[in-house]
Amino acid sequence: MDFHLTDEQRMLQDSVQRLLAEQCSFEQRLAYRNEPRGYSRALWRQFAEMGLLALPFDEADGGLGGGPVDVLIVMQALGRALALEPYLATVVLAGGLLRDAGSAAQRQALVPAIAAGEMTLAFAHAEAQSRYGAADVTTCARAEGDGWVLDGQKRCVTAGDTADRLLLSARVSGGSRDREGVSLFVVDANADGISRRGYRIQDNTRAADIRFERVRVGHDALLGTAGEAVPYIERAVDVATAALCAEAVGVMERLHELTVEYIKVRKQFGVAIGSFQALQHRAVDMLVALEQARSMALYAAMMCTEPCAAERSRSISAAKIQIGRSARFVGQEAIQLHGGIGMTEECQAGHYFRRLTMIELQCGDTAHHLRSLSEAGGLIAA
Amino acid sequence: MDLRYTAEEIAFRDEVRAFFAQALPPDIRRKCELGQRVSKPEMLRWVRILQKQGWATPSWAPEWGGTGWSAVQQYIFKEELALAPAPEPISFNMNMIGPTLIAFGTDEQKRHFLPRIARMDYWFCQGFSEPGAGSDLAALRTSAVRDGDHYIVDGQKLWTSTAHHADWCFLLVRTDPQARKQQGITYLLMDMKSPGVTVRPIITIDGHHETNEMFLDHVRIPVANRVGEENKGWDCAKYLLGHERSGIARVGLSKFRVRRAKQLAACVQCDGRPLIDDPRFRERVAEMEVELKALEITQLRLIAETGRRNDGKPDPKSSILKMKGSQLQQAAAELLLEVAGPAAMEFDPDFVAGLRSSTDTDDDWALTTAPNHYWARHVSIVGGSNEIQRNILAKTVLGL
Repeated sequence: MDFHLTDEQRMLQDSVQRLLAEQCSFEQRLAYRNEPRGYSRALWRQFAEMGLLALPFDEADGGLGGGPVDVLIVMQALGRALALEPYLATVVLAGGLLRDAGSAAQRQALVPAIAAGEMTLAFAHAEAQSRYGAADVTTCARAEGDGWVLDGQKRCVTAGDTADRLLLSARVSGGSRDREGVSLFVVDANADGISRRGYRIQDNTRAADIRFERVRVGHDALLGTAGEAVPYIERAVDVATAALCAEAVGVMERLHELTVEYIKVRKQFGVAIGSFQALQHRAVDMLVALEQARSMALYAAMMCTEPCAAERSRSISAAKIQIGRSARFVGQEAIQLHGGIGMTEECQAGHYFRRLTMIELQCGDTAHHLRSLSEAGGLIAA
Repeated sequence: MDLRYTAEEIAFRDEVRAFFAQALPPDIRRKCELGQRVSKPEMLRWVRILQKQGWATPSWAPEWGGTGWSAVQQYIFKEELALAPAPEPISFNMNMIGPTLIAFGTDEQKRHFLPRIARMDYWFCQGFSEPGAGSDLAALRTSAVRDGDHYIVDGQKLWTSTAHHADWCFLLVRTDPQARKQQGITYLLMDMKSPGVTVRPIITIDGHHETNEMFLDHVRIPVANRVGEENKGWDCAKYLLGHERSGIARVGLSKFRVRRAKQLAACVQCDGRPLIDDPRFRERVAEMEVELKALEITQLRLIAETGRRNDGKPDPKSSILKMKGSQLQQAAAELLLEVAGPAAMEFDPDFVAGLRSSTDTDDDWALTTAPNHYWARHVSIVGGSNEIQRNILAKTVLGL
């Protein structure tokens, strides 16, 4: 057992934190929100220069061969800064699918562009009826000529409104929730037949509902073997969940700091409200929730490389449950300890609270993971 | 970074597990499994088995009988002990007075006491709390007045658990009534057979006699039995409380209880099916398992951080372990009670105390679940209540 970061990992942590401190302050972020893409392209290019966008890809494909702990470090820093940039969508989630399911030709065609900051991706998977089911796909793909024709609708695709390429799940056979019969395709987001309705989501990042109508793609758009994508999707979603857990820890860590700083300076009855034991104890309970979450985010990162898929999913579900519970508690308590000012748009706390609430809903909410974990027999063998 | 056990650590765990499987007497194991209390002779028998193996005092410095295990190995050992399930050797001896003497005792004290503490020839109890000194421990008033090479001790101690079994007591007394609270306190070792020591039982809400009040009336204690300098006893006590806190998470015990609850829930029927098949029950268990896993990693993280700082001081964050650990111990005890349901209602203190080994019915185990739930309430009160832990964290970690 070893909790040490390597020298390289510490350097990565320092440089990402420094970049975000300089380029992604609260005020800068509010300005980025109004840029055409809803985030800062300039900052995205700096991510590229720093190698962050190449991080988890294989060196042979133009990546840096980083592991889950490296991703954890980046995500935690992005969480602290409430960064709007589509790192999770492009690099971790869709990027993870490309890395694991893509052919060498597909990887080599896309990874260099992603790493250079010239191309963003989104994973178009969830549908109106699917909620969090990995195999619940009705969008269909029919073989036609030497390629495929795609039809269907995807819902709330994170960063889907600005992505240059979409990774898309579509059914080639079977019933709407069968594990067999789901395939992955990579398509140009501006291809004929694709219409996107982009919108802002609660935390100021963006998403899109995407409609595919007779979208024709070549046979080279298929990732992996037709009909066998579900295990890849499950793995990519697990890895993204672990990354999201790390982001949540960054968000909670900063929110807790902001709250403790605030109760040290806010005066009522002639004294700092942080001198009141009732408030001190609540701030401590937030710390405990944060540390429990931090432990499980590490655990999730560690389990990304677990070879047994059931064990991996079970462990990462456990992490997401802890994150969900801690996030709810830390977020709500932060608003309460801030008092009225915490309810306002101008106060940072609310922005962190909103992001935490969205994290709870992404990659499976607490109820979803609690059901999965308990159906898998829990963590302790009877 | 790698949170998984190394191959060596797994081999160590298997070695410990195999030893417990072979060396733990079946009658003692059965008692632990049923949640019964272990008697003094049983405790002595078990500690001497561990002692023979060289495993009674893993955390001590190797020159005084420690095993030299890494912190992770010690953690594994404790967890396997709880999962065996075996009694945890008396904490007063192994986690408290032993380490205190190693840190503050004279060579003579170490040579005399440490081997006897490890073998439990001397069963120690703790004389800290008083009627007016609970969470505010430094308010203690038991006085010690120097008389030649003795101290004359007068006062009353409270919550002296296992005093009725004990041969010795480590005691905090006030030697300078004028000094500021923490400064006039001295740390003494008292022979429980000394004239003037009276121990009276306190029966707790679980119907059990574990703790006591202790009256000290002109008790003569040799100055040679003082630990550390006169009026510097608070430093020894603080050191000790730090040790007590880091041991108190008891993740292994909570894991044992949850595992046991799951096993029993497979046998208990509810609406015509095993309770374990009830999704609501399973989700409640899963929630607890998640918190336990998180606490386990938090504990291992703190162990690693303390090792890295290497200043021997307990991390103030260990208060997190105490708080969360006690809450989960309590939650796990409640879970067992809920699995038992109406079978928990019969009051049978003799069974709980382990005076009767089994009944004809097959749900004996249920008889201990309510008393153990009651008793578990004490873990968030002892060793600095959880509210005191919150004060410590607010001050030292949050700077409030």
